[in-house]
Amino acid sequence: MPAMTYRDALRQALDDAMTEDKSIVVIGEEVGRYGGAYGVTKDLIKVHGPERLIDTPISEPAIIGAAVGAAMTGLRPVAELMYIDFLGMTMDQLANQAAKIRYMFGGQIGVPMVLRTQGGTGRSAGAQHSQSLEAWIMHTPGLRLAMPATVADAYHLLRQSLTKPDPVVFIEHKALYTRKEEVDLSADPLPWGKAAVRRHGDDLVIVTYSRQVLYALEAAEALARNGIEATVIDLRTLNPLDFDTIRTHVERVGKAMVVSEGVMTSGVAAELCARISEECFDFLEQPVIRVAGEDIPISVSQELESGSVPSARIIAEVAERLTA
Amino acid sequence: MTLTANSHLAELYRTMRRIRTFEERVGELFVRGQSAGSMLHLSIGEESSAAGVCDVMKPQDTFTTHHRGHGIFLARGADPKRMMAEIGGKETGYCHGKGGSMHIADMALGHLGANAIVGGGIPAVVGAGLSSKYLKQDAVSIAFFGDGAMQQGILYESMNMAALWSLPVLFVCVNNQYGMGTRIDQATRNTAFDERARAFGLNGAVVNGLDVEDVRDAARWLIDEARAGKPGFLSVEVYRFFGHARMDKSPYRAEAEELEGRKKDPVLFARAKLLDSGLESEAALDALDREIAAEMDATIDFAVESRAPALSSMFRDVYAVGEPEPEPVRARIDRVLAREDV
Repeated sequence: MPAMTYRDALRQALDDAMTEDKSIVVIGEEVGRYGGAYGVTKDLIKVHGPERLIDTPISEPAIIGAAVGAAMTGLRPVAELMYIDFLGMTMDQLANQAAKIRYMFGGQIGVPMVLRTQGGTGRSAGAQHSQSLEAWIMHTPGLRLAMPATVADAYHLLRQSLTKPDPVVFIEHKALYTRKEEVDLSADPLPWGKAAVRRHGDDLVIVTYSRQVLYALEAAEALARNGIEATVIDLRTLNPLDFDTIRTHVERVGKAMVVSEGVMTSGVAAELCARISEECFDFLEQPVIRVAGEDIPISVSQELESGSVPSARIIAEVAERLTA
Repeated sequence: MTLTANSHLAELYRTMRRIRTFEERVGELFVRGQSAGSMLHLSIGEESSAAGVCDVMKPQDTFTTHHRGHGIFLARGADPKRMMAEIGGKETGYCHGKGGSMHIADMALGHLGANAIVGGGIPAVVGAGLSSKYLKQDAVSIAFFGDGAMQQGILYESMNMAALWSLPVLFVCVNNQYGMGTRIDQATRNTAFDERARAFGLNGAVVNGLDVEDVRDAARWLIDEARAGKPGFLSVEVYRFFGHARMDKSPYRAEAEELEGRKKDPVLFARAKLLDSGLESEAALDALDREIAAEMDATIDFAVESRAPALSSMFRDVYAVGEPEPEPVRARIDRVLAREDV
């Protein structure tokens, strides 16, 4: 099987989708001539032309707002928000417009757009370019939310997002772009909205998504050397949320940990933890543990940055205590 | 309808009178406690902006409006019964009671939605302009908004993009002099709004909204230009006859100012013009007014008699049909508490 990077898989997904569906246009800052701040759209302008790779001024609210209007009138726009931190600039267009249009207008029309963005730590990018703001999205009814951890999912989830009738926020992880995996893109993907069980074990369940899937798998390998076997669930999409898969494994194993790079308080991990605690109460042998980002901004110092979010080491350490 | 002369002004008068009367009935619905909520923003005094611009729109054209958009939607051809039902939060309304006065929309008429966020609906017309250009729809997309939005950044981002990409887009400011209780000269130093548009490379015009034919002529030029790829901006100067919303008695402005402002009445102006020119008789116009009054009376009955939406419909339309739906809170609680040992 050929090896491919996460970045190339995303580009391939856009390229293939744009070839198949002429209503797809990409709109955002530096998406055309520059090829994307992280190179995801590199050279697509040569294939699909400047009418479909639309370079915009630095105007995040109008980029998302224009995508909303285009989606309502026959196009399927992919709006790129260079950093998820810029959501603060454009939250009205996403949360008040895109997310609510189908509902407010009584189902007359949907907003079939994809907002592609990237988040997370790992590049010493500082407090305004490193956040994990998926909870803002998950807290907004009307928005779907996909967060691929693997190269294959980078491709398949983006292709699937580009067939959805409702707005999808697609959050890539900036530390994964150069990650390489051997992938067979012609293999059937998991259905949209289905979590992937990346590893099977009987001692605890680790529920996570995006880059933390890789950390959880790394931790699980270390734990296995000490005789602890973890199940690792990669949620892939947070909306829709495949709680059935979580339930099945938590009820089987009885111990659960939720891992998220986002800050702990009122985060995605809090929601998952609450649901597991409510719905799997009788099966739990220990409290559900959250391993999440500290309730602080991200520092530019590599030490402070990596120290403020979960790592394989921390996950393994907590897992050992939870299963002791 | 007993109008005899074949005057287009008479049609514009009819449109404006229908708006005026509809808005008066909206006020009545509120007073009767039958409207859904208190967020009702009437466009009385602003009828010429709606009638004049919509008169030169083509069927394929699209638009968004601000929260004070009843008149624009009516001028575009909306069914006032379904509008009133929506304002009353009823199942028979345009949005089945989920949108109301400030979130009304109708894809059949190209209404991409009214908006309750000041300036919130403006960038959508940039996107609609992109669609029109890319898909060769020959459609102009028009954003209607109030003078309050002239101070929102999103307008200038949108103007800039429209000009940069030569989009078939028109920005229409219905300048009723007030953003809620703040008079326009208390909100900005330079009120020559057309200058702002020209600074971004758009066509720009300001028109006195007293004469609907002036508004129509200005809009025709700008829409024709927009369709050919030069976006534009139009500010229609009118006066908001009443308060911001139904509960607002306008304590922030003097009675003398209001009385003076209400002299700028586009409906009465058009009526006088029709009479003075001999195009219509007093009797014919009175008959038309009575006919419209009866039509709008019926909208209240329709709204009041219509059913409220079924409670279960609240979970519908968050996502498309067939997609995973939100699970009701009650169902989740029931499942948790239905555990065997509870």
